[in-house]
Amino acid sequence: MKATMTQQILAKKLGIQATDPALKAGNLVLIEADTALSNDVTAPVAIDVFNKSGCALCDAKKVTFVLDHFTPNRDIQSAKQCKIVRDFAREKGVDNFFDVGTMGIEHALLPEKGIAKPWDVIIGADSHTCTYGALGAFSTGVGSTDIAGIMMSGKIWLKVPSAIRFNLTGKPSPSISGKDVILYIIGKIGVDGALYKSIEFAGEGVKYMTADDRFTICNMAIECGAKNGVFPIDEITDAYTKESCGKTFARFETPDADAYEQTIDIELSSIRPVIAKPHLPSNTQFADELKEDIKIDQVVIGSCTNGRISDLEQAAKVLEGRHVDKNVRTIIIPATNKIYLEALEKGYISTFIKGGAIVSTPTCGPCLGGHMGILASGEVAVTTTNRNFIGRMGAKDSYIYLASPATAMASAIAGKITCADKLED
Amino acid sequence: MIKGKVFKFGDDIDTDIIVPATYLSTFDPKELAKHCMEYTNPEFYGEVKQGDVIVAGKNFGCGSSREHAPIAIKGCGVSIVIAKSFARIFYRNALNIGLYILECPDAVDGINAGDTVEVNVDTGVITNVTTGKSWQAAPFPKFIQNIIECGGLINAIKENKFN
Repeated sequence: MKATMTQQILAKKLGIQATDPALKAGNLVLIEADTALSNDVTAPVAIDVFNKSGCALCDAKKVTFVLDHFTPNRDIQSAKQCKIVRDFAREKGVDNFFDVGTMGIEHALLPEKGIAKPWDVIIGADSHTCTYGALGAFSTGVGSTDIAGIMMSGKIWLKVPSAIRFNLTGKPSPSISGKDVILYIIGKIGVDGALYKSIEFAGEGVKYMTADDRFTICNMAIECGAKNGVFPIDEITDAYTKESCGKTFARFETPDADAYEQTIDIELSSIRPVIAKPHLPSNTQFADELKEDIKIDQVVIGSCTNGRISDLEQAAKVLEGRHVDKNVRTIIIPATNKIYLEALEKGYISTFIKGGAIVSTPTCGPCLGGHMGILASGEVAVTTTNRNFIGRMGAKDSYIYLASPATAMASAIAGKITCADKLED
Repeated sequence: MIKGKVFKFGDDIDTDIIVPATYLSTFDPKELAKHCMEYTNPEFYGEVKQGDVIVAGKNFGCGSSREHAPIAIKGCGVSIVIAKSFARIFYRNALNIGLYILECPDAVDGINAGDTVEVNVDTGVITNVTTGKSWQAAPFPKFIQNIIECGGLINAIKENKFN
Protein backbone atom coordinates (compact mmCIF):
# COMPACT_ATOMS: atom_id res chain seq x y z
CA MET A 1 0.00 0.00 0.00
CA LYS A 2 1.49 3.33 -1.06
CA ALA A 3 0.92 5.91 1.65
CA THR A 4 -0.78 9.30 1.41
CA MET A 5 1.28 12.31 0.32
CA THR A 6 1.14 13.63 3.90
CA GLN A 7 2.53 10.34 5.24
CA GLN A 8 5.29 10.43 2.59
CA ILE A 9 6.38 13.92 3.70
CA LEU A 10 6.37 12.96 7.38
CA ALA A 11 8.24 9.72 6.58
CA LYS A 12 11.01 11.53 4.73
CA LYS A 13 11.47 13.90 7.64
CA LEU A 14 11.52 11.01 10.15
CA GLY A 15 13.83 8.91 7.97
CA ILE A 16 11.45 5.94 7.89
CA GLN A 17 9.25 4.23 5.27
CA ALA A 18 5.91 5.93 4.60
CA THR A 19 4.21 2.60 5.32
CA ASP A 20 5.93 2.30 8.73
CA PRO A 21 3.35 1.51 11.45
CA ALA A 22 4.56 4.63 13.29
CA LEU A 23 2.82 6.68 10.59
CA LYS A 24 -0.54 4.98 10.85
CA ALA A 25 -3.33 7.57 10.92
CA GLY A 26 -4.08 8.59 14.50
CA ASN A 27 -0.55 7.92 15.80
CA LEU A 28 1.49 10.67 17.40
CA VAL A 29 4.93 11.50 16.04
CA LEU A 30 7.66 13.86 17.17
CA ILE A 31 9.13 15.58 14.15
CA GLU A 32 11.67 18.19 13.10
CA ALA A 33 10.00 21.34 11.69
CA ASP A 34 11.66 23.24 8.83
CA THR A 35 9.88 26.49 9.57
CA ALA A 36 8.02 27.94 12.55
CA LEU A 37 5.95 30.87 11.31
CA SER A 38 4.19 33.50 13.36
CA ASN A 39 2.82 36.99 12.78
CA ASP A 40 2.25 40.24 14.65
CA VAL A 41 -0.74 38.73 16.50
CA THR A 42 0.74 35.36 17.47
CA ALA A 43 4.51 35.98 17.61
CA PRO A 44 4.46 38.24 20.72
CA VAL A 45 2.75 35.44 22.70
CA ALA A 46 5.29 32.86 21.47
CA ILE A 47 8.17 35.23 22.24
CA ASP A 48 6.83 35.79 25.77
CA VAL A 49 6.62 32.02 26.44
CA PHE A 50 10.07 31.56 24.89
CA ASN A 51 11.66 34.34 26.96
CA LYS A 52 10.15 33.05 30.21
CA SER A 53 11.57 29.57 29.51
CA GLY A 54 15.13 30.89 29.67
CA CYS A 55 16.08 28.56 26.80
CA ALA A 56 18.32 29.46 23.87
CA LEU A 57 16.94 29.78 20.36
CA CYS A 58 17.33 26.37 18.76
CA ASP A 59 17.99 27.58 15.21
CA ALA A 60 17.28 31.12 14.01
CA LYS A 61 16.98 29.80 10.44
CA LYS A 62 13.84 27.85 11.37
CA VAL A 63 12.06 30.96 12.61
CA THR A 64 10.03 33.22 10.31
CA PHE A 65 8.16 36.31 11.46
CA VAL A 66 5.84 38.25 9.16
CA LEU A 67 4.20 41.45 10.40
CA ASP A 68 1.08 41.41 8.27
CA HIS A 69 -2.14 41.52 10.29
CA PHE A 70 -2.34 45.07 11.63
CA THR A 71 0.38 46.65 9.50
CA PRO A 72 1.23 49.36 8.65
CA ASN A 73 0.25 49.70 12.30
CA ARG A 74 -3.33 50.75 12.84
CA ASP A 75 -2.93 51.89 16.47
CA ILE A 76 -0.52 52.10 19.39
CA GLN A 77 -1.30 48.58 20.63
CA SER A 78 -0.47 47.00 17.26
CA ALA A 79 2.67 49.13 17.00
CA LYS A 80 3.77 47.73 20.38
CA GLN A 81 3.12 44.16 19.27
CA CYS A 82 5.21 44.68 16.14
CA LYS A 83 8.01 46.26 18.14
CA ILE A 84 8.23 43.19 20.40
CA VAL A 85 8.75 41.00 17.33
CA ARG A 86 11.13 43.45 15.60
CA ASP A 87 13.36 43.80 18.70
CA PHE A 88 13.43 40.04 19.24
CA ALA A 89 14.28 39.33 15.58
CA ARG A 90 17.18 41.81 15.65
CA GLU A 91 18.50 40.57 18.98
CA LYS A 92 18.39 36.90 17.98
CA GLY A 93 19.53 37.35 14.39
CA VAL A 94 16.35 36.07 12.75
CA ASP A 95 16.92 36.72 9.03
CA ASN A 96 13.45 35.68 7.93
CA PHE A 97 11.86 38.70 9.54
CA PHE A 98 9.57 40.63 7.25
CA ASP A 99 8.51 44.14 8.20
CA VAL A 100 6.86 46.96 6.25
CA GLY A 101 8.87 47.29 3.04
CA THR A 102 9.75 43.60 2.71
CA MET A 103 6.61 42.05 4.13
CA GLY A 104 3.62 40.63 2.33
CA ILE A 105 0.70 38.56 3.50
CA GLU A 106 2.51 35.63 5.10
CA HIS A 107 0.97 32.78 3.10
CA ALA A 108 1.70 34.52 -0.21
CA LEU A 109 5.16 35.66 0.91
CA LEU A 110 6.67 32.37 2.16
CA PRO A 111 6.27 30.46 -1.14
CA GLU A 112 7.43 33.49 -3.14
CA LYS A 113 10.61 33.80 -1.04
CA GLY A 114 11.35 30.09 -1.35
CA ILE A 115 10.88 29.63 2.41
CA ALA A 116 7.94 27.27 1.84
CA LYS A 117 8.85 24.50 -0.58
CA PRO A 118 7.99 20.90 -1.48
CA TRP A 119 8.58 18.21 1.19
CA ASP A 120 8.93 20.82 3.96
CA VAL A 121 7.23 20.58 7.35
CA ILE A 122 5.95 24.09 8.06
CA ILE A 123 4.18 24.90 11.31
CA GLY A 124 2.50 28.27 11.75
CA ALA A 125 0.63 30.10 14.47
CA ASP A 126 -2.02 31.03 11.94
CA SER A 127 -4.88 28.84 10.81
CA HIS A 128 -4.22 29.42 7.09
CA THR A 129 -0.71 27.96 7.32
CA CYS A 130 -2.20 24.99 5.44
CA THR A 131 -1.64 27.00 2.21
CA TYR A 132 1.80 25.50 1.45
CA GLY A 133 0.41 22.06 0.65
CA ALA A 134 -0.11 23.62 -2.78
CA LEU A 135 3.62 23.03 -3.39
CA GLY A 136 3.65 19.57 -1.81
CA ALA A 137 4.65 20.62 1.71
CA PHE A 138 3.07 19.50 4.98
CA SER A 139 1.86 22.63 6.71
CA THR A 140 -0.66 23.28 9.45
CA GLY A 141 -1.76 25.88 11.98
CA VAL A 142 -1.15 25.56 15.74
CA GLY A 143 -1.07 27.78 18.84
CA SER A 144 1.66 30.12 20.05
CA THR A 145 2.94 27.63 22.69
CA ASP A 146 3.76 25.16 19.93
CA ILE A 147 5.72 27.87 18.09
CA ALA A 148 7.65 28.64 21.30
CA GLY A 149 8.29 24.89 21.55
CA ILE A 150 9.84 24.81 18.07
CA MET A 151 11.90 27.91 18.83
CA MET A 152 13.30 26.03 21.84
CA SER A 153 13.62 22.50 20.46
CA GLY A 154 13.23 22.64 16.67
CA LYS A 155 10.51 20.01 17.01
CA ILE A 156 6.74 19.60 17.10
CA TRP A 157 4.48 16.67 17.96
CA LEU A 158 1.78 15.82 15.45
CA LYS A 159 -1.08 13.39 15.13
CA VAL A 160 -0.82 11.63 11.76
CA PRO A 161 -4.02 12.57 9.93
CA SER A 162 -6.25 10.20 8.03
CA ALA A 163 -7.00 11.54 4.57
CA ILE A 164 -9.74 12.26 2.07
CA ARG A 165 -8.78 12.18 -1.61
CA PHE A 166 -10.43 14.58 -4.03
CA ASN A 167 -10.22 13.10 -7.49
CA LEU A 168 -10.43 16.03 -9.92
CA THR A 169 -11.84 15.03 -13.30
CA GLY A 170 -12.75 16.98 -16.44
CA LYS A 171 -11.66 20.44 -17.52
CA PRO A 172 -12.95 23.60 -15.84
CA SER A 173 -14.45 26.41 -17.90
CA PRO A 174 -12.08 29.40 -18.33
CA SER A 175 -14.15 31.52 -15.94
CA ILE A 176 -13.56 29.08 -13.06
CA SER A 177 -10.73 29.61 -10.59
CA GLY A 178 -9.34 27.70 -7.63
CA LYS A 179 -11.67 29.71 -5.37
CA ASP A 180 -14.75 28.32 -7.10
CA VAL A 181 -13.36 24.79 -6.78
CA ILE A 182 -12.62 25.01 -3.04
CA LEU A 183 -15.91 26.78 -2.22
CA TYR A 184 -17.71 24.05 -4.18
CA ILE A 185 -15.87 21.38 -2.16
CA ILE A 186 -16.56 23.07 1.19
CA GLY A 187 -20.22 23.40 0.23
CA LYS A 188 -20.27 19.69 -0.53
CA ILE A 189 -18.62 18.36 2.64
CA GLY A 190 -19.37 21.11 5.18
CA VAL A 191 -17.21 23.17 7.55
CA ASP A 192 -16.33 20.06 9.59
CA GLY A 193 -16.29 17.63 6.66
CA ALA A 194 -12.56 16.96 6.96
CA LEU A 195 -12.02 17.57 10.68
CA TYR A 196 -8.51 16.45 11.83
CA LYS A 197 -7.88 15.07 8.34
CA SER A 198 -5.69 15.76 5.39
CA ILE A 199 -7.34 16.61 2.07
CA GLU A 200 -5.29 15.47 -0.89
CA PHE A 201 -5.82 16.22 -4.56
CA ALA A 202 -5.39 13.80 -7.44
CA GLY A 203 -6.69 13.04 -10.92
CA GLU A 204 -6.42 14.41 -14.44
CA GLY A 205 -7.99 17.71 -13.43
CA VAL A 206 -5.00 18.62 -11.23
CA LYS A 207 -3.12 19.84 -14.32
CA TYR A 208 -5.74 22.55 -14.90
CA MET A 209 -5.09 23.98 -11.46
CA THR A 210 -2.35 26.63 -11.65
CA ALA A 211 0.03 27.23 -8.75
CA ASP A 212 -2.14 30.17 -7.66
CA ASP A 213 -5.30 28.04 -7.88
CA ARG A 214 -3.60 25.43 -5.70
CA PHE A 215 -2.58 28.04 -3.10
CA THR A 216 -6.19 29.21 -2.89
CA ILE A 217 -7.51 25.65 -2.57
CA CYS A 218 -5.05 24.55 0.12
CA ASN A 219 -5.44 27.89 1.93
CA MET A 220 -9.10 27.12 2.55
CA ALA A 221 -8.56 23.49 3.59
CA ILE A 222 -9.01 24.71 7.18
CA GLU A 223 -12.49 25.99 6.26
CA CYS A 224 -13.69 22.38 5.96
CA GLY A 225 -11.87 21.54 9.20
CA ALA A 226 -8.84 19.92 7.55
CA LYS A 227 -5.44 19.82 9.21
CA ASN A 228 -3.71 20.26 5.85
CA GLY A 229 -4.24 20.07 2.09
CA VAL A 230 -1.75 18.65 -0.42
CA PHE A 231 -1.29 18.72 -4.20
CA PRO A 232 1.07 16.40 -6.06
CA ILE A 233 4.47 17.78 -7.10
CA ASP A 234 4.41 18.14 -10.90
CA GLU A 235 5.53 20.39 -13.80
CA ILE A 236 3.43 23.24 -12.43
CA THR A 237 5.24 22.93 -9.08
CA ASP A 238 8.58 22.74 -10.93
CA ALA A 239 7.90 25.98 -12.79
CA TYR A 240 7.05 27.71 -9.52
CA THR A 241 10.01 26.44 -7.48
CA LYS A 242 12.51 27.13 -10.29
CA GLU A 243 11.64 30.77 -9.80
CA SER A 244 11.29 30.75 -6.00
CA CYS A 245 14.25 28.56 -5.04
CA GLY A 246 16.10 27.87 -8.27
CA LYS A 247 15.44 24.12 -8.36
CA THR A 248 12.91 21.34 -8.73
CA PHE A 249 11.95 18.61 -6.29
CA ALA A 250 11.37 14.84 -6.24
CA ARG A 251 7.83 13.62 -6.95
CA PHE A 252 5.55 11.77 -4.54
CA GLU A 253 4.77 8.14 -5.24
CA THR A 254 1.15 8.00 -6.36
CA PRO A 255 -0.77 6.87 -3.26
CA ASP A 256 -3.00 3.80 -3.51
CA ALA A 257 -6.74 4.37 -3.24
CA ASP A 258 -6.86 2.33 -0.05
CA ALA A 259 -4.42 4.71 1.66
CA TYR A 260 -7.44 7.02 1.88
CA GLU A 261 -10.42 6.90 4.19
CA GLN A 262 -12.60 8.16 1.36
CA THR A 263 -12.36 9.35 -2.26
CA ILE A 264 -14.67 12.07 -3.56
CA ASP A 265 -14.91 12.76 -7.30
CA ILE A 266 -15.11 16.39 -8.37
CA GLU A 267 -16.06 16.97 -12.01
CA LEU A 268 -14.46 20.33 -12.76
CA SER A 269 -16.56 21.00 -15.87
CA SER A 270 -19.72 21.01 -13.73
CA ILE A 271 -18.53 23.90 -11.56
CA ARG A 272 -19.86 27.41 -12.22
CA PRO A 273 -18.87 30.56 -10.29
CA VAL A 274 -19.63 29.86 -6.62
CA ILE A 275 -20.45 32.23 -3.77
CA ALA A 276 -20.61 31.42 -0.06
CA LYS A 277 -23.44 33.29 1.60
CA PRO A 278 -23.42 34.58 5.20
CA HIS A 279 -22.39 33.23 7.69
CA LEU A 280 -20.45 30.08 6.78
CA PRO A 281 -18.02 29.19 3.97
CA SER A 282 -20.11 26.04 3.41
CA ASN A 283 -23.28 28.03 2.69
CA THR A 284 -22.62 27.96 -1.03
CA GLN A 285 -24.61 28.49 -4.19
CA PHE A 286 -23.77 29.00 -7.88
CA ALA A 287 -23.82 32.78 -8.37
CA ASP A 288 -26.08 32.49 -11.42
CA GLU A 289 -28.73 30.72 -9.32
CA LEU A 290 -29.30 33.66 -6.96
CA LYS A 291 -33.01 34.43 -7.06
CA GLU A 292 -32.93 38.00 -5.78
CA ASP A 293 -30.81 41.10 -6.37
CA ILE A 294 -28.38 41.55 -3.50
CA LYS A 295 -27.08 45.11 -3.43
CA ILE A 296 -23.57 45.52 -2.09
CA ASP A 297 -21.56 48.25 -0.35
CA GLN A 298 -18.00 46.97 -0.55
CA VAL A 299 -15.75 44.62 -2.47
CA VAL A 300 -12.37 43.40 -1.24
CA ILE A 301 -9.99 41.60 -3.58
CA GLY A 302 -6.92 40.37 -1.73
CA SER A 303 -5.90 38.27 1.33
CA CYS A 304 -3.83 35.10 1.75
CA THR A 305 -6.58 33.37 -0.20
CA ASN A 306 -6.77 35.55 -3.32
CA GLY A 307 -4.21 38.36 -3.38
CA ARG A 308 -1.85 36.78 -5.92
CA ILE A 309 -0.98 38.00 -9.41
CA SER A 310 -3.43 35.77 -11.28
CA ASP A 311 -6.19 36.91 -8.90
CA LEU A 312 -5.43 40.54 -9.74
CA GLU A 313 -5.23 39.62 -13.42
CA GLN A 314 -8.70 38.05 -13.37
CA ALA A 315 -10.15 41.08 -11.59
CA ALA A 316 -8.41 43.53 -13.96
CA LYS A 317 -9.66 41.66 -17.03
CA VAL A 318 -13.24 41.93 -15.79
CA LEU A 319 -12.84 45.63 -15.00
CA GLU A 320 -10.93 46.62 -18.18
CA GLY A 321 -12.93 49.33 -20.01
CA ARG A 322 -15.57 49.45 -17.26
CA HIS A 323 -16.10 51.29 -13.96
CA VAL A 324 -17.17 50.02 -10.54
CA ASP A 325 -20.62 51.08 -9.33
CA LYS A 326 -20.53 54.47 -7.59
CA ASN A 327 -22.02 52.92 -4.43
CA VAL A 328 -19.42 50.18 -4.10
CA ARG A 329 -16.14 50.82 -2.30
CA THR A 330 -13.71 48.55 -4.12
CA ILE A 331 -10.49 47.75 -2.27
CA ILE A 332 -7.67 45.86 -4.00
CA ILE A 333 -4.87 44.47 -1.84
CA PRO A 334 -1.90 42.87 -3.63
CA ALA A 335 -0.60 40.23 -1.21
CA THR A 336 3.10 41.08 -1.57
CA ASN A 337 5.26 43.87 -2.94
CA LYS A 338 6.46 41.60 -5.77
CA ILE A 339 2.86 41.00 -6.78
CA TYR A 340 2.15 44.73 -6.47
CA LEU A 341 5.04 45.59 -8.75
CA GLU A 342 4.10 42.96 -11.31
CA ALA A 343 0.51 44.23 -11.31
CA LEU A 344 1.86 47.74 -11.85
CA GLU A 345 4.05 46.67 -14.75
CA LYS A 346 1.22 44.71 -16.37
CA GLY A 347 -1.10 47.70 -16.14
CA TYR A 348 -3.57 46.14 -13.70
CA ILE A 349 -3.08 48.86 -11.08
CA SER A 350 -3.86 51.50 -13.67
CA THR A 351 -7.01 49.57 -14.68
CA PHE A 352 -8.11 49.40 -11.04
CA ILE A 353 -7.57 53.09 -10.32
CA LYS A 354 -9.14 54.29 -13.59
CA GLY A 355 -12.03 51.93 -12.90
CA GLY A 356 -12.79 53.52 -9.52
CA ALA A 357 -11.08 51.06 -7.16
CA ILE A 358 -8.35 51.79 -4.62
CA VAL A 359 -5.13 49.83 -4.24
CA SER A 360 -3.67 49.23 -0.77
CA THR A 361 -0.28 48.20 0.58
CA PRO A 362 -0.10 44.45 1.42
CA THR A 363 -1.97 43.69 4.67
CA CYS A 364 -4.44 41.15 6.07
CA GLY A 365 -6.41 44.27 7.12
CA PRO A 366 -10.12 43.94 6.34
CA CYS A 367 -10.21 40.12 6.05
CA LEU A 368 -10.27 39.76 9.83
CA GLY A 369 -11.94 43.10 10.55
CA GLY A 370 -8.58 44.63 11.44
CA HIS A 371 -8.45 47.83 9.43
CA MET A 372 -8.54 49.16 5.85
CA GLY A 373 -12.20 48.46 5.14
CA ILE A 374 -14.39 47.68 8.16
CA LEU A 375 -18.12 47.17 7.55
CA ALA A 376 -20.87 49.13 9.33
CA SER A 377 -24.16 47.65 10.56
CA GLY A 378 -26.32 46.30 7.77
CA GLU A 379 -23.60 46.60 5.10
CA VAL A 380 -22.97 43.90 2.54
CA ALA A 381 -19.61 42.91 1.09
CA VAL A 382 -18.44 40.56 -1.61
CA THR A 383 -14.90 39.50 -0.83
CA THR A 384 -12.24 37.10 -2.03
CA THR A 385 -11.17 36.37 1.58
CA ASN A 386 -11.72 33.10 3.43
CA ARG A 387 -14.29 33.55 6.18
CA ASN A 388 -17.78 34.99 6.23
CA PHE A 389 -18.44 34.38 9.93
CA ILE A 390 -20.68 36.76 11.86
CA GLY A 391 -18.79 40.04 12.42
CA ARG A 392 -15.63 38.85 10.69
CA MET A 393 -15.15 42.11 8.74
CA GLY A 394 -16.76 44.53 11.16
CA ALA A 395 -20.26 45.00 12.59
CA LYS A 396 -21.89 41.80 13.79
CA ASP A 397 -24.91 42.53 11.60
CA SER A 398 -22.91 43.04 8.41
CA TYR A 399 -23.04 40.43 5.67
CA ILE A 400 -20.14 38.80 3.84
CA TYR A 401 -20.32 36.85 0.59
CA LEU A 402 -17.17 34.94 -0.39
CA ALA A 403 -16.33 34.68 -4.07
CA SER A 404 -13.56 34.48 -6.68
CA PRO A 405 -11.76 37.65 -7.83
CA ALA A 406 -13.69 37.63 -11.13
CA THR A 407 -17.06 37.32 -9.38
CA ALA A 408 -16.11 39.95 -6.79
CA MET A 409 -15.10 42.45 -9.48
CA ALA A 410 -18.18 41.70 -11.58
CA SER A 411 -20.30 42.41 -8.49
CA ALA A 412 -18.44 45.69 -7.86
CA ILE A 413 -19.27 46.79 -11.41
CA ALA A 414 -22.92 45.72 -11.23
CA GLY A 415 -23.46 47.08 -7.70
CA LYS A 416 -25.06 43.76 -6.81
CA ILE A 417 -23.92 40.16 -6.66
CA THR A 418 -23.36 38.74 -10.11
CA CYS A 419 -20.73 36.79 -12.04
CA ALA A 420 -18.50 37.98 -14.88
CA ASP A 421 -20.40 36.04 -17.56
CA LYS A 422 -23.57 37.98 -16.74
CA LEU A 423 -22.09 41.48 -17.05
CA GLU A 424 -23.48 43.59 -19.88
CA ASP A 425 -20.95 45.17 -22.22
CA MET B 1 -1.46 4.73 37.71
CA ILE B 2 -4.42 7.10 37.77
CA LYS B 3 -7.42 6.33 39.99
CA GLY B 4 -10.41 8.54 40.69
CA LYS B 5 -14.14 9.11 40.86
CA VAL B 6 -15.94 9.85 37.60
CA PHE B 7 -17.73 13.06 36.67
CA LYS B 8 -19.64 12.46 33.45
CA PHE B 9 -20.46 14.97 30.70
CA GLY B 10 -22.21 14.74 27.33
CA ASP B 11 -21.24 15.59 23.74
CA ASP B 12 -19.81 18.88 22.44
CA ILE B 13 -18.72 20.33 25.79
CA ASP B 14 -17.32 23.64 24.53
CA THR B 15 -14.61 25.87 25.94
CA ASP B 16 -17.20 28.39 27.17
CA ILE B 17 -18.79 25.67 29.31
CA ILE B 18 -15.38 24.56 30.59
CA VAL B 19 -14.45 28.10 31.60
CA PRO B 20 -16.70 31.07 30.70
CA ALA B 21 -14.97 33.83 28.73
CA THR B 22 -15.58 36.40 31.45
CA TYR B 23 -12.91 34.73 33.62
CA LEU B 24 -10.16 34.71 30.99
CA SER B 25 -8.24 37.65 32.42
CA THR B 26 -6.10 35.26 34.48
CA PHE B 27 -3.89 32.25 33.69
CA ASP B 28 -3.82 31.13 37.36
CA PRO B 29 -4.95 27.46 37.43
CA LYS B 30 -6.44 27.73 40.92
CA GLU B 31 -8.47 30.82 40.02
CA LEU B 32 -9.70 29.35 36.71
CA ALA B 33 -10.56 26.08 38.47
CA LYS B 34 -13.16 27.87 40.62
CA HIS B 35 -15.18 28.61 37.49
CA CYS B 36 -14.77 25.27 35.74
CA MET B 37 -18.16 24.08 34.38
CA GLU B 38 -19.70 26.87 36.50
CA TYR B 39 -22.66 27.67 34.22
CA THR B 40 -23.83 24.09 33.58
CA ASN B 41 -22.61 22.19 36.65
CA PRO B 42 -22.14 24.75 39.46
CA GLU B 43 -21.59 21.97 42.02
CA PHE B 44 -18.61 20.52 40.09
CA TYR B 45 -15.85 22.60 41.65
CA GLY B 46 -17.04 21.89 45.19
CA GLU B 47 -17.28 18.13 44.64
CA VAL B 48 -14.27 17.30 42.47
CA LYS B 49 -11.23 15.97 44.33
CA GLN B 50 -7.57 15.64 43.41
CA GLY B 51 -7.15 12.71 41.01
CA ASP B 52 -10.77 12.53 39.85
CA VAL B 53 -11.68 11.71 36.26
CA ILE B 54 -13.85 13.43 33.65
CA VAL B 55 -15.61 11.14 31.17
CA ALA B 56 -17.34 12.82 28.23
CA GLY B 57 -18.89 12.28 24.81
CA LYS B 58 -17.67 13.40 21.42
CA ASN B 59 -15.95 16.65 20.42
CA PHE B 60 -14.91 17.60 23.97
CA GLY B 61 -13.33 21.08 24.10
CA CYS B 62 -14.78 22.46 20.89
CA GLY B 63 -14.93 26.23 20.40
CA SER B 64 -12.15 28.68 21.06
CA SER B 65 -8.41 28.00 21.05
CA ARG B 66 -8.03 29.22 24.63
CA GLU B 67 -5.50 27.28 26.68
CA HIS B 68 -7.44 28.39 29.76
CA ALA B 69 -9.87 25.48 29.28
CA PRO B 70 -7.49 22.56 29.95
CA ILE B 71 -5.69 24.70 32.58
CA ALA B 72 -8.99 25.11 34.48
CA ILE B 73 -9.65 21.35 34.37
CA LYS B 74 -6.14 20.54 35.52
CA GLY B 75 -6.45 23.23 38.20
CA CYS B 76 -9.45 21.34 39.65
CA GLY B 77 -7.19 18.36 40.26
CA VAL B 78 -8.68 16.27 37.45
CA SER B 79 -6.12 13.60 36.51
CA ILE B 80 -7.46 12.65 33.09
CA VAL B 81 -10.26 13.35 30.62
CA ILE B 82 -11.57 10.29 28.77
CA ALA B 83 -13.82 11.20 25.84
CA LYS B 84 -15.22 9.71 22.63
CA SER B 85 -13.26 12.40 20.76
CA PHE B 86 -11.65 15.79 21.33
CA ALA B 87 -11.73 18.98 19.29
CA ARG B 88 -8.36 19.33 17.51
CA ILE B 89 -7.06 22.45 19.25
CA PHE B 90 -8.20 21.34 22.72
CA TYR B 91 -6.37 18.06 22.11
CA ARG B 92 -3.10 19.93 21.42
CA ASN B 93 -3.61 22.44 24.23
CA ALA B 94 -4.42 19.76 26.84
CA LEU B 95 -1.25 17.79 26.15
CA ASN B 96 0.86 20.94 25.85
CA ILE B 97 -0.18 22.15 29.32
CA GLY B 98 0.23 18.68 30.81
CA LEU B 99 -3.29 17.28 31.15
CA TYR B 100 -3.78 13.58 30.34
CA ILE B 101 -6.52 12.82 27.83
CA LEU B 102 -7.57 9.56 26.18
CA GLU B 103 -9.97 8.77 23.36
CA CYS B 104 -12.00 5.61 23.98
CA PRO B 105 -15.67 5.62 22.83
CA ASP B 106 -16.48 2.17 24.29
CA ALA B 107 -15.13 3.08 27.71
CA VAL B 108 -17.25 6.24 27.73
CA ASP B 109 -20.38 4.15 27.13
CA GLY B 110 -19.42 1.71 29.88
CA ILE B 111 -18.67 4.22 32.62
CA ASN B 112 -21.26 6.05 34.73
CA ALA B 113 -21.04 9.13 36.92
CA GLY B 114 -19.78 8.20 40.38
CA ASP B 115 -17.96 5.02 39.23
CA THR B 116 -14.32 4.63 40.17
CA VAL B 117 -11.96 4.35 37.24
CA GLU B 118 -8.34 3.30 37.01
CA VAL B 119 -6.11 4.18 34.05
CA ASN B 120 -2.68 2.76 33.28
CA VAL B 121 -1.17 5.51 31.13
CA ASP B 122 1.71 3.30 30.00
CA THR B 123 -0.53 0.62 28.50
CA GLY B 124 -3.71 2.64 27.78
CA VAL B 125 -5.86 0.18 29.77
CA ILE B 126 -8.92 1.81 31.37
CA THR B 127 -10.63 -0.19 34.12
CA ASN B 128 -14.00 0.55 35.67
CA VAL B 129 -13.24 -0.58 39.21
CA THR B 130 -16.93 -0.34 40.14
CA THR B 131 -18.08 -2.82 37.47
CA GLY B 132 -14.84 -4.67 36.79
CA LYS B 133 -14.95 -4.01 33.03
CA SER B 134 -11.91 -2.79 31.15
CA TRP B 135 -11.01 -1.29 27.77
CA GLN B 136 -7.89 -0.72 25.73
CA ALA B 137 -7.22 2.83 24.50
CA ALA B 138 -4.22 3.73 22.34
CA PRO B 139 -1.49 4.63 24.84
CA PHE B 140 0.59 7.77 24.38
CA PRO B 141 4.16 7.50 23.15
CA LYS B 142 6.90 8.26 25.67
CA PHE B 143 7.48 11.84 24.47
CA ILE B 144 3.86 12.76 25.17
CA GLN B 145 4.00 11.07 28.59
CA ASN B 146 7.14 13.10 29.28
CA ILE B 147 5.30 16.33 28.40
CA ILE B 148 2.54 15.50 30.87
CA GLU B 149 4.89 14.33 33.62
CA CYS B 150 6.95 17.52 33.30
CA GLY B 151 3.79 19.62 33.57
CA GLY B 152 3.67 20.72 29.94
CA LEU B 153 5.55 21.15 26.68
CA ILE B 154 7.74 24.07 27.72
CA ASN B 155 8.90 22.34 30.92
CA ALA B 156 9.59 19.11 29.05
CA ILE B 157 11.82 20.92 26.56
CA LYS B 158 13.58 22.78 29.40
CA GLU B 159 14.27 19.45 31.12
CA ASN B 160 15.50 18.00 27.83
CA LYS B 161 12.76 15.36 27.79
CA PHE B 162 11.07 16.29 24.52
CA ASN B 163 12.74 13.65 22.44
